[in-house]
Order: sequence, then structure tokens, then C-alpha cells
Amino acid sequence: MTLREIQKLLDAEVFTEIENLDREITHAFAADLLSDVLAIARRGADGALLVTGNMTLQVIYTADVVDLGAVLFVRGKRPTVPMIELANEMQIPLLMTNYIMFETCGRLYQRGLKGCVEKVTDGSD
Amino acid sequence: MDQIEERYPFHRAFNIEGGNFTHAGSISSQVKRILKEEGFPSDVIRRMSIATFEAEMNVICYARWGILTLLVTSDFLKVVVDDEGVGIQDVDLAMKEGFSTADERIRELGFGAGMGLSNIKKVTDEMVLTSVVNEGTHLEFTIHLNPVENFNEVSTPAMGRMSG
Repeated sequence: MTLREIQKLLDAEVFTEIENLDREITHAFAADLLSDVLAIARRGADGALLVTGNMTLQVIYTADVVDLGAVLFVRGKRPTVPMIELANEMQIPLLMTNYIMFETCGRLYQRGLKGCVEKVTDGSD
Repeated sequence: MDQIEERYPFHRAFNIEGGNFTHAGSISSQVKRILKEEGFPSDVIRRMSIATFEAEMNVICYARWGILTLLVTSDFLKVVVDDEGVGIQDVDLAMKEGFSTADERIRELGFGAGMGLSNIKKVTDEMVLTSVVNEGTHLEFTIHLNPVENFNEVSTPAMGRMSG
């Protein structure tokens, strides 16, 4: 689905340039720990949507480094101006929804979005 | 081919200020951009960028200052990080997933889960880590561009390629 469809589905606010909303998103994952984001991304998270409650500049840098398609903040947490500026510079769309993380993921999954990785073999994988 | 031979090898060095979290990740972002401009395969860029990000965070979290050097050749990509700081008491223990000495501040940023060093090991072809307590840490990792043995994280023993 496109970011525009995700935005409608979750009644999300968009903080970055609007033309990026036509970007197609097929995979997603949710994480607050950036170490987890990096660990998941080593298998490939190009173009994926990150659902997170982590509100640091490091989320944007991480998204850039692993080529995420967009970042969606949950539970009504608004990105700061420096976060938005950096995301614009790096052309990473930022969205925010008032839904909690569980609801956000559930709604996206229901609409056909798949996880970047379904499961790992063990905790150290 | 002549052009490529003239261009490589080259290196870029970056200073990292320990304890300054504001732009933690920005050096990795720059490294990624350099590799992208050079046109390396996206898989190689991703692995190198992830390892660099972990290494950059380690200096910011645990050292006073450090220098991260990216070396680009036509055969391999290498990052060398030297820092001055508390060092690592037990390198083998530090490599274990989940082991961490991170404080609250680091954890609030979403780091300090004890995954960094093992993540570097998993995404690179070679990794060397040495440390002297209360002096500093030396880390280097390499990705081969024309590997004889392909990168395969599943079949790599946890400490198999570790040296130093």
C-alpha cells in the first residue's frame, strides 16, 4: 500500500514533504530499540515502514543508514523540529498516528502489510 | 578501469566526540553517502553502514573521543575506529549478546541493549577488537568486495573470525 493509504487508514499526520506519500510500502516492523532496528535491518529493510515510539534524532539517522521507506510515530508523539528538518534533508517521510502501537500494527497487518522478518531462530539470531 | 584505479584507494577520517549524543549517527550517514556515491552494491553499503553506526555509537557512549577512518579500495572496504576512554575489560564478554554496561541515558536513546558488537561481527567479513582498560579501544572491520567465500551470517561461528 502507499504511504497515502497508510495515512488515511491511521488518520496520520504527515510532517515531511508531501510528494513522498506515493511511495509504495510492502513491509514493516515495529521497534523502540534502535539496536533491534539495526539487527532487523541487516537482513534487509529497504523501503520498509518503521513503527516506533522512539522520538530521537537517532531514529532518523538510523532510518537513513538502513534505507527505510518511512517512519511512523505512534501514540500521538510528535517529532521535534530538528527531527523533521533532518528527515526532509534525508528524504525520509515522517508520519504520526494517535493509535497505540498494537492498534497501528494490527490495522496495517490487516490491510496486507507484512513484517520485514517473520521470526528469528533464537534471540541471538 | 584506469579511472577506477586512479580513484582507489582513498580514505576519510572523522572525529567523534564522546558523550555528545545530539548528532550520534551522522558520521554513519556520511559514510553511507560516500559509499553510495561510489556506486557499491546496496547490500554492501547496508552492511557497512550498520556496522559503522554501531561503532560510532560505541565511541559516543563509552569513550572520550575517537577517530573513525573509512578506507575504500577496489578489493575491500574497511573501517578503523580508535578511541580513548574506559576501554573494555573483557572483550569476549563484551561480544556476548545482551551484555552491556550502558547507563540510563544511552538506553533512553534506544541503544545499550548489548547487541552492537555482535551485530558488527554478523554484518562484516572480518572484525578485530582489542582494548586496554582505561586507555582505549581499537576496532576494525572489513567487507570484501570480491569475496572468495561469500558472506553468510548463519554458518559463521559466533567467535569464529574474531582475532586480537
